Amino acid sequence: MIRLTQEPIDYFALTECVRLPNCGAVVTFLGTVRDLTGDQVTVALDYEAYPPMAEKKIAEIIEDARSKWPIGKIGVVHRLGYLTVGEISVGVAVSSPHRAEAFEACRYIMDRFKELVPIWKKENWADGKTEWVHPGSETTPTS
Amino acid sequence: LDFLLSLTIQIRLFARFREVLGRDMIRLSLPFPERVDEIRKRLQTEYPELTALIDRSAIAINGEYAQNDQMIQEKDEVALIPPVSGGSNKDIGE
Repeated sequence: MIRLTQEPIDYFALTECVRLPNCGAVVTFLGTVRDLTGDQVTVALDYEAYPPMAEKKIAEIIEDARSKWPIGKIGVVHRLGYLTVGEISVGVAVSSPHRAEAFEACRYIMDRFKELVPIWKKENWADGKTEWVHPGSETTPTS
Repeated sequence: LDFLLSLTIQIRLFARFREVLGRDMIRLSLPFPERVDEIRKRLQTEYPELTALIDRSAIAINGEYAQNDQMIQEKDEVALIPPVSGGSNKDIGE
């Protein structure tokens, strides 16, 4: 299952959708909006995607993971829009016959996701300034 | 007499590009045939204030990270992909 959504992520449903009788392990990772980056205080993040490409890249990452580990099912959900501190921005669930593969595959999928999937976030700092996170960039607040 | 062929493409913009330029699509006329990396150079000429970010951005053609020497085709869907949080996209397409 691959999904980009404006709605809160139902992590129970995400986890349930990968469960299988032949899989003795399910790993679910959730990424949430953190309140601090260094000493800067975050109030919220805005997430923006290039949806068709994002879905295509996620599908490729899933196929890639399947070629490396014996995986039952994989679910990937990313939320878009305005998320306040503590809300869930991304969820990855993986099932596998044994736990080691489920842990490794889940981590691999999330790591590749952060490198390849065209989804961006904008920091909404506590002082009212905002800033798109484009790593390697000179940090110039845009408002 | 030489015929000068040209190509007009639309480039999708996201994140800081979309916000700084105030729109989600820009048009660019290029000679035809032309390489993908010429898009970066042309955008840097038109928007010098975005030079550093354009340098670190990938170009996507039809939803795939494009190689710099790839040739642009008439109906291509082109997008400017600034770095995502996992690292610089430019390394991926090259």
